[in-house]
Amino acid sequence: MTRTGLPALSALRVATHRATGILTTLTSTLTAAVVMAFAAPAQAEVEVQWWHSMGGALGEWVNGLAKDFNETQKDFKVVPTFKGTYDESMTAAIAAFRAGNAPHILQVFEVGTATMMASKGVVVPVGKVMKDAGEKFDPSAYVPAVAGYYTSPKGEMLSLPFNSSTTIFWFNKDAFKAAGIDTARPPTTWPEVALAAAKLKATGHKCPFTTSWETWTQLESFSAWHNVEFATKRNGFNGLDTRLAFNTPLHVRHIENLANMSRQGLFVYKGRGGAGDAPFISGECAMTTGSSAMYANVKRNAKFAFGAATLPYYPDVTGAPQNTIIGGASLWVMSGKKAEEYRAVAAFFSYLSKADVQSKSHQTTGYLPITMAAFEMTDKSGFYKANPGTDIAVNQMIRKTTDKSRGIRLGNFVQIRAIMDEELEQIWAGKKTAKEGLDEAVKRGNEQLERFESANKS
Amino acid sequence: MAPQLAIVLIFFFWPAGQALYQSLLSQDAFGTSVQFVGGENFERLWHDATYLASFKITAIFSILVAVLGLSSSLLLAVLANRVVAGAWVYRSLLIWPYAVAPAIAGVVWLFLFAPSVGVVTYVLREWGLAWNPLLDGDHAMALIVMAAVWKQISYNVLFFLAGLQSIPKSLIEAAAIDGAGPWRRFWTIVFPLLSPTAFFLLVINIIYAFFDTFAVVDAATHGGPGRDTAILVYKVYYDGFKALDLGGSAAQSVILMAIVISLTIVQFRFIERRVHY
Repeated sequence: MTRTGLPALSALRVATHRATGILTTLTSTLTAAVVMAFAAPAQAEVEVQWWHSMGGALGEWVNGLAKDFNETQKDFKVVPTFKGTYDESMTAAIAAFRAGNAPHILQVFEVGTATMMASKGVVVPVGKVMKDAGEKFDPSAYVPAVAGYYTSPKGEMLSLPFNSSTTIFWFNKDAFKAAGIDTARPPTTWPEVALAAAKLKATGHKCPFTTSWETWTQLESFSAWHNVEFATKRNGFNGLDTRLAFNTPLHVRHIENLANMSRQGLFVYKGRGGAGDAPFISGECAMTTGSSAMYANVKRNAKFAFGAATLPYYPDVTGAPQNTIIGGASLWVMSGKKAEEYRAVAAFFSYLSKADVQSKSHQTTGYLPITMAAFEMTDKSGFYKANPGTDIAVNQMIRKTTDKSRGIRLGNFVQIRAIMDEELEQIWAGKKTAKEGLDEAVKRGNEQLERFESANKS
Repeated sequence: MAPQLAIVLIFFFWPAGQALYQSLLSQDAFGTSVQFVGGENFERLWHDATYLASFKITAIFSILVAVLGLSSSLLLAVLANRVVAGAWVYRSLLIWPYAVAPAIAGVVWLFLFAPSVGVVTYVLREWGLAWNPLLDGDHAMALIVMAAVWKQISYNVLFFLAGLQSIPKSLIEAAAIDGAGPWRRFWTIVFPLLSPTAFFLLVINIIYAFFDTFAVVDAATHGGPGRDTAILVYKVYYDGFKALDLGGSAAQSVILMAIVISLTIVQFRFIERRVHY
């Protein structure tokens, strides 16, 4: 797969594991080649390769965007290719980059941001691409909490925010009614969540509360929401010598509360990543904290009345609630391409940033609008009034951010998230106290940060 | 040069050499800054308590997979060998799981044993056992052992069946005439004659458990809860392909390679003595 070879025997197994994917790509490339050989082009179009990780309905959305852009003009052609999950497409792009065939545009998830930024000469900042191509580009038109995540310390926008979501609270209205909880006033604080969970349990509910993306919802966004640091140096924005800081008394208190709820059967752990989504949608769990981008899925599949609310917080913490942190992905422009190809990329990015395109994307997918204009346009269209709950995420995000809440940018973040998952599971299982688990997660995570710092020093 | 040799060189020695080379480097994901760091990748592993703990987990996992895999497939092979009518149906069904990709095997077992929707979980709960591989490490280990064993059973049965069929009928009949019961016939005639096959399968199963099971773990448990099912090869895969730490991943695969080579040597030196060819 890579020019430089792969670690030992397991490489062969991975190769077979991936073989199906490669075959599919091969077939489609061949088909495309045959089609192109027969269709004589009237004029040479500049083709731009776009690798993404949007499957299913979201894949149709991405293909639609490319198709619409290609139809608006004749000079450029964007070719979207689905490359598997976020980490799969990133691995594929790294292999392609090493072999000299990187795509022009690569969709990278938020935890890969620091890796992309630290790899020198791999990407071209979006700000520069737009400037060189002479496209109109105003970074202040973008929603601050979204664009800030992808902006360099010098204020240059490095990648284009594409699909961003944030952490919100979901609840099952039918289950609330059965337990005698007012559906018009869903819990907004953690004590209220515990209280609602106890009521649900008293009426025989087996899974009152669960969570998806536990590290994102319970530690990362939790920190920003309470305006406390998740990591030092402004959560890593101000330097690679950042260290984790999520073992403060406030964090310990929250994780301890969840551990207690877990012991009492009020909080039921459903697994890492997005594993908590399905039990909520199936109706098994009555409350969850998860991504706002779950909206389309919940709306289509839930057989009960559902509601969304802001992420719960602790009312005695000053400065809470602040704003939550985004997840999702952005579009990076890879280096080493021709000038006219960069012009094509810039034209496509201008198209993607148009208020009507943005507003439509926001309404169909549930992802956040990335420009203020798109938000205002959606608001005026009456969409939020017609679809209550869809504005929760937006309102959590369009606030002015602080140094502690702008976002999180850590190297080796993929490993750090896995470490947090491992330690949290030990806490839920009762093998460690909240303090022990969080201290250990900070210690192990800091080793990852130290390594990233020394590997990227030069 | 024989073509087989070329295949071994290209598909075994070349990647193995690359792994050795890369284990001495530190590089960022895109390979834009590559540094020679000597034994630093190995040194870091030595100081990593969680890495050292996963040796124990790997030992437990591999022994369970080899022992359960070999014994259950020997039993199935002996039974299938005795079937007279429709033998090919049984044999085809027994070979079937081999065609399933490891990741799919992991997912199939995950579905059966999922804490909230799994069919088996439901039955276990009816029996009063609170099955939860998400938070109980022993349950998670049982889950991946079952999936890994199931995946390898076909291969084992295939070889055991071939071994059983090459045992001369006359030997068994002679023993039967001398009054030996089925149990005795099996242990004094069939099993010793099967020992070359069993030894071969033991080596193969250990290698399988060490190298080929990361997809099962990745699909079923992600190494959790905590690190209770994070076997060595899963960490190689995870660090290399998810975390993009090629140097660290290469160092681990070099260690893994050394372990398997020495295990194989041990098996050939000590266990092979008891094999009758």
